[in-house]
Amino acid sequence: MIYNNPFSILSETIPAIATQSFLIAMVALVVVGTLVDIIHKKNVKYFFQNAKKAKKSATRELGNVERFSVVAKTVVYDIATTSELGAGKRRVAHLLGMYGTILFWIASAVMIFCYSSSSSNTPLVWPIIWHVGAIMTILGGCWFWFFLRVDVYSEAQPWYRIIKADLFVLALIATSLFGLIWSYLQSLNLNDRWDDKVFLVLYVVSNLVLFGGVYWSKFAHMFYKPGAAIQKNLAEADGSRDNLPPEADAPEKFGLGIKREAPKHY
Amino acid sequence: MSTFVYMTRCDGCGHCVDICPSDIMHIDETIRRAKNIEPNFCWECYACVKACPNHAIDVRGYADFAPMGHSVRVRREEEKGTISWKIKFRNGTVKDFVSPITTKPWGKFIPKLAEGDKPNQGEIKTQILYNEPEGLNTKKELPSVPKDSFKKGVYY
Repeated sequence: MIYNNPFSILSETIPAIATQSFLIAMVALVVVGTLVDIIHKKNVKYFFQNAKKAKKSATRELGNVERFSVVAKTVVYDIATTSELGAGKRRVAHLLGMYGTILFWIASAVMIFCYSSSSSNTPLVWPIIWHVGAIMTILGGCWFWFFLRVDVYSEAQPWYRIIKADLFVLALIATSLFGLIWSYLQSLNLNDRWDDKVFLVLYVVSNLVLFGGVYWSKFAHMFYKPGAAIQKNLAEADGSRDNLPPEADAPEKFGLGIKREAPKHY
Repeated sequence: MSTFVYMTRCDGCGHCVDICPSDIMHIDETIRRAKNIEPNFCWECYACVKACPNHAIDVRGYADFAPMGHSVRVRREEEKGTISWKIKFRNGTVKDFVSPITTKPWGKFIPKLAEGDKPNQGEIKTQILYNEPEGLNTKKELPSVPKDSFKKGVYY
């Protein structure tokens, strides 16, 4: 199963152009959903207003080279490793989900656009990336949803209580899970039995919910968070620091402070 | 006035929910970020502001002693054991303070009072409080200010 390109087998029943159009439609849904979200929340407007205000309290001017190095450092450290989540389970779960999803999406796009005809010979690496990405997403997503979710961990809610904020993570898990099951059933060669078709439909529906629900879910955080991290580090470098005090020049007598404990004392 | 959350900074970790003594910091059900659900009940203790690892929480101070345009922000560095404050006045004056973290780890250093000696009637009637002076890490008599050293007409 892991070496099979599910989209190439699919092209025997559904033309490749239909799958490609579906993918383009999903990208369009994300763009439209994010734009509507930005217009509704006015968050980008606020973000730039705030950045402008912060610039006034800057104590030093950043050169282009320095600015570039801050941005590069943010991309490598803050964004690629999601450092804001600290060194804990949440970060590992997030990295699993994040890289799993990225691999899953990239492999999907490559296989749909380059190797989606039944005659094409897909290099082994792409189906492997697609399946591994899906498994990583499911692992990270389920770990988060069942155990690390703040509602469960800090708010003492039961794990089965579903709220609107779960739309993103559940749609993400559903997409990968249904994709995997569909791929597995397809690889079994069931001779036109109904099983794989049902899971193909579920896979399509979960994709529609994931990409069509951008306005209602927290999907767009993957675009906002990097921007906020870059602004935060630029503010730290130019001395404005969003009015925060500078890092303490700690006197030795202060000794070690106690570490923040994971929130669980509700 | 009360605490409020910068949504781009908050990552929904739940530290503020955990520490709020009024139990008014909660997680938003749509975007899973922290929010103050009852601003009128916030007494501005700054517990959540200090606990937030992303500096995502700020406070709008009461206008009578903290007029508009001010800012009071805090940075907690547990590896250094420090709490730094930056007070910005609306006339542009800025003051920075650094203090040690004095919080004890959760559940530790709780005095086991039940296991201690019961105070006798004579000790109960004295001015000295339970466990004094040993509880103050001294074996000496407690310091006192003689009344005749007071300036006349100032104290009641």
